Amino acid sequence: MAAPTMNNRMIKWFDDRLPIFTFMHHELHEYPTPKNLSYWWNFGSLAGIMLVVMIVTGIVLAMHYTADANLAFGSVERIMRDVNYGWLLRYIHSNGGSMFFIVVYIHVFRGLYYGSYKSPREVLWWLGIIILLLMMATAFMGYVLPWGQMSFWGATVITNLFSAIPLVGDSIVTWLWGGFSVDDPTLNRFFSLHYLLPFVIVGVVVLHLWALHVHGSNNPKGIDMKGPQDSIPFHPYYTVKDLFGAALFFVVYAVFIFFFPDYLGHPDNYIPANPLVTPAHIVPEWYFLPFYAVLRAFDFDIWFMPAKLLGVIAMFASILVLFVLPWLDTSRVRSGTFRPVFKWFFIILIIDCVVLGYVGAKAPNDPLIASQESVQAANDEYNACVAKADAAGKNGEEECDKPFFVQYVHLGQLTTAYYFFHFLLLLPILGRTERTLPLPTSISEPVTKGGAGAGQ
Amino acid sequence: MYLATGAFGALGAALAVWPLIDSMNPAADTLALSTIEADLSAVETGQRITVKWRGSPVFIDRRTDKQLQEAEAVDVSRLRDPQTDAERVIKPEWLVLVGICTHLGCVPLGQKPTDDRGDWGGWFCPCHGSHYDTSGRIRKGPAPTNLVVPVYEFLDDSTVKIG
Ligand code: HEM
Ligand code: FES
Repeated sequence: MAAPTMNNRMIKWFDDRLPIFTFMHHELHEYPTPKNLSYWWNFGSLAGIMLVVMIVTGIVLAMHYTADANLAFGSVERIMRDVNYGWLLRYIHSNGGSMFFIVVYIHVFRGLYYGSYKSPREVLWWLGIIILLLMMATAFMGYVLPWGQMSFWGATVITNLFSAIPLVGDSIVTWLWGGFSVDDPTLNRFFSLHYLLPFVIVGVVVLHLWALHVHGSNNPKGIDMKGPQDSIPFHPYYTVKDLFGAALFFVVYAVFIFFFPDYLGHPDNYIPANPLVTPAHIVPEWYFLPFYAVLRAFDFDIWFMPAKLLGVIAMFASILVLFVLPWLDTSRVRSGTFRPVFKWFFIILIIDCVVLGYVGAKAPNDPLIASQESVQAANDEYNACVAKADAAGKNGEEECDKPFFVQYVHLGQLTTAYYFFHFLLLLPILGRTERTLPLPTSISEPVTKGGAGAGQ
Repeated sequence: MYLATGAFGALGAALAVWPLIDSMNPAADTLALSTIEADLSAVETGQRITVKWRGSPVFIDRRTDKQLQEAEAVDVSRLRDPQTDAERVIKPEWLVLVGICTHLGCVPLGQKPTDDRGDWGGWFCPCHGSHYDTSGRIRKGPAPTNLVVPVYEFLDDSTVKIG
């Protein structure tokens, strides 16, 4: 770990006083990285790039944006029409939110498949989950800022979730709002926090990278580096590979910005917020849909716990369960490549999450299979039967058979149950019972046949 | 000694943080807007109007005889949130409700005659499908309680003060 040779005397003078160049050299050039990283390892640096993009465009947008319930919508329209390149800044920022989430979700599922959460990387994994939670809070509050109908009603529905907390719930909601409904005070505090949180994320990202550099990257084989022949310096090898990936990624991102700028958004958000009228169908941004489905899966009470509270608990639990994942997954093999059974369940988990997202976008009580008309007819018949029985002095709801249809919420319940089954039951059992494939003795072995020490 | 210092420090920190937290509660001017008066002279039987109170809609419904009878005829013991119609009104003809679904806060439909008023002819919340009857009581769907009746009083025959 010798200091790099510095030819420039100015740089050397500075480095003696603040060894930042030594630090950079150490973390980038000398930092040994497994030589077998695949393109799935590009998404970490992409997430970092997206964070910078969001902060830069966000700060410039904030120069033109007005956080006032009467002016916010107009100021965003002014950004779109009158501010030079305002439309571009806004579309980079609004689509950037989506791109950021795609990248981070891929990054997380990469970790889930290759066992990157396992010892000794648990703290690294925790920091990642904290970043995800902070991102969600940031994106949620950012979406409120344009003060359209979806902004307003999304904020109303989500803040109302806290009213499910026993005893203090309503006081908490009033406190969050700073009033008796989502209004000007709410908008202002959301703007303040939307500005702050990305910088908190930067701080946690620094910790995340620090933790990463203690033990180094995991890799597709999930085995440790055994010596210098298993690694290459991060720079220039992975800086170039990451840049190449970033270039491809920016092509996709640009296609959205220039050709489908509102595809991922919701048209109702171009209607100014109106506290007296709720849009027919409130849906969050796509990246929240799976969680929204979990939230709504609970339409029944359990003992003293009302459905609303259960939904909120389940929604938070679906992320919090990731914190204990390193101990739930009992397998000593990290990489899914060597876990023939786990591999299939991993694919099912991905499908499960996609289905959850699909359910989250639907009205929960719409029929899943039957046609709207047949359901309507059966419901009319049932209501007529109840009315008739009630008129005859009987209890109509007991007398008549309530028609049953498979609805989206049932699919949501099934997929929610499966999600928790995967983490809470399957992984602990699978880790003990699965027969894993033999691990190569080193990262180099499959290539050089000699393994560590042989070859070079 | 350490413990005492630590406890004292923690108490001091908590006291210093409290103004920051409490500043996020409704401010004095927000609280000051807490009552409004609504003029009822132009409201006809069967008509529903919406007024804005504390940033939220308040539904005022001048009920028809039929709606009133339906509201009173209900077997209260079968309700999720049992309340008689009489407990929810001052003058039976006038029903005053906070127009916020008790589930997650959407505004239920039903103020316009053309709206879907749900299976019980009161209000219907499109967000997750809660049905309210002509007394604003929850009958079906996820909402846990009846539509809230705000504090109000009649100043005279045609004016109501809400809040
Ligand atoms: C973690 C990084 C960030 C994320 C995920 C994020 C997300 C979002 C989202 C989803 C919107 C709504 C876009 C729309 O539909 O119009 C938004 C709006 C906004 N954000 Fe951010 N943001 C981030 C960082 C920042 C930063 C650092 C600032 C700096 C102050 C900022 C300032 C703004 C402003 C002024 C708006 C309102 C203008 C508009 O709607 O386009 N954002 N943000
Ligand atoms: S908010 Fe009305 S049913 Fe959910």
